Amino acid sequence: MLKFKGVDYYDVESLLSEEEVLVRNTVREFVDDHVLPIIEKHNRAGTFPLDLVKKMAELGMFGSTLPAKYGCAEMNNVAYGLVMQELERGDSGVRSFASVQSALVMYPIFTFGSEEQKDRWLPGLASGEKIGCFGLTEPDYGSNPGGMITRAVETPDGYVLNGAKMWITNGTLADVAVVWAKLNGVVHGFLVEKGTKGFSAPEMTGKHSLRASVTSELIFQDCLIPKENIMPKTDGLKAPLMCLNQARYGIAWGAIGSAMACYDTALSYAGSRIQFGKPISSFQITQEKLVVMLTEITKAQLLCLQLGRMKDKGTMRFQQVSMAKRNNVAVALEIARAAREVLGANGILDEYPVMRHSANLESVKTYEGTHEMHTLIIGEDITGIGAFV
Amino acid sequence: MKIVACINHVPDTETKVKVGADGKTIDPAGVNYMLNPYDEYAVEAGLKLKEQYGGETIALSLGPDANKETLRKALAMGVDKALLIKDDSVRDSLSLARAIAEELREMKPDCVLFGKQSIDYYDEQVPGLVAEFLGYPSVSVAVKLEAKDGNVTCDREIEGGHEVVETSFPVVISAQKGLNAPRYPSLKGIMAAKTKPIEERQAKPFPSGVEVLGISKPPAKSAGKIVGTDASAVPELVRLLQEEAKVI
Repeated sequence: MLKFKGVDYYDVESLLSEEEVLVRNTVREFVDDHVLPIIEKHNRAGTFPLDLVKKMAELGMFGSTLPAKYGCAEMNNVAYGLVMQELERGDSGVRSFASVQSALVMYPIFTFGSEEQKDRWLPGLASGEKIGCFGLTEPDYGSNPGGMITRAVETPDGYVLNGAKMWITNGTLADVAVVWAKLNGVVHGFLVEKGTKGFSAPEMTGKHSLRASVTSELIFQDCLIPKENIMPKTDGLKAPLMCLNQARYGIAWGAIGSAMACYDTALSYAGSRIQFGKPISSFQITQEKLVVMLTEITKAQLLCLQLGRMKDKGTMRFQQVSMAKRNNVAVALEIARAAREVLGANGILDEYPVMRHSANLESVKTYEGTHEMHTLIIGEDITGIGAFV
Repeated sequence: MKIVACINHVPDTETKVKVGADGKTIDPAGVNYMLNPYDEYAVEAGLKLKEQYGGETIALSLGPDANKETLRKALAMGVDKALLIKDDSVRDSLSLARAIAEELREMKPDCVLFGKQSIDYYDEQVPGLVAEFLGYPSVSVAVKLEAKDGNVTCDREIEGGHEVVETSFPVVISAQKGLNAPRYPSLKGIMAAKTKPIEERQAKPFPSGVEVLGISKPPAKSAGKIVGTDASAVPELVRLLQEEAKVI
């Protein structure tokens, strides 16, 4: 298989530090060597490539911005973004695993957890010995998480959870679930361990998208957890929204990876596919498709890099994350569809990655804040008028 | 055990190299550089020896400041120290080998590892020359390395097969593809490499016996010809191979 050489029309690489380039190249090679050879098989079978977890952990891909004392790489946010980009060039499901583990499990435990919770969970999550999941969305509460039904009740023995969560990546695999529930009407985060009585996490089936990723329900029926499993620094919806912001940041980068994979495939296919005696890349309509793809990838790269620089400086606002997530996933999906068109009928085969990326991006466009909600978040920011509250 | 991996900073294999204005060197504009691929096997072999024997691993590179980038990659892969033998001059293999040996002599390494060649100017004789200058045994083009106590057994790639050789430390070994699977620099390793210093020393001058007069690219390959796509094209193909290409 030919090694991926990257897509970089504007020499964005010159804006990266030496370490950032090295991080990107490491993950790029990892994806060429370990993800691409096996991913179509898993996508077909609807299974997550669990073997990758240990390998990703050894390279330091989980919680990679967190402190070294927990076994993490302590990288900056641009390097983290580049990891997400390269993983998603492999598959959105693989990137989702790393996103959830890092941004939705390790980040909240680090940010809102007690010292004991951090010491107990972070090293194992970094080394891949433990897997985590994040339970916020419910069957009836998606874009409006504040309406959640899941409740926690304090008892002398601990907290009793009742309710159900849905669309939970890694749910069935997880050793620990970061679960959001209302305690006396206020949202708090709780750590629920696999095997706790009254807690089950059945896998959801029948997905046409993110097939190489485990998606689950989390069900709590009089599930009693110890008092020390509440995350002490959570108090209201702001905490889970901060987690989502971390994840969205990674998704904005990840979408570039999918888009690059599709563009790279389309460009190479168009150069070798002969119709009317010449490569289809010589036709104006094909050229236009390729040019639009490359232009959108270049814009997305610049958007993410500046977003990451702001995040590292501490000046990034969540509305700016919404803009990058909203834009980059939407253009990646358009690029995947256009790539499928360039590949003609061949585009629907899993000999090529474009249909898989296209199907995956349908989920990515909706999860971690739908495209529409991000529109309204930015809309509220610039007009001062909230359209959804 | 003191293990030194000698590594080089070379143009990326994907780079389209252009001849520079002086006609003797390449035009550096737009050229990406990388750790010489054969040297990755040398670094990996060094890290493995350290895992087996303990001690320290040192990456050494002779060249300009730009070579630090490649030294940092070796640090990220896990070597303990990096040493830049700073040199901006143009050298032939002999001069290069003398300058490297000069540094190694002071370091007294137990094992010196090289890639079997550098993919820029090849310089395949450098490891052997260095061994000679140090008075160490030399094993070139190794595809297997097994060390036990003070003894080293290597498989060397030779024409049409393998040759098994035995020697002892201290030794100079040059690595061929297949010797091992070089590890990725881990993200933790990359971040840790940032804080590890790169020691610098000035390279000693040694005269070159060979002077480069000019470099040129091979002539561009001419376009291929499709004679046909089925069996009916065979007679014409045979005729062309005989009469035009004159190869059969």
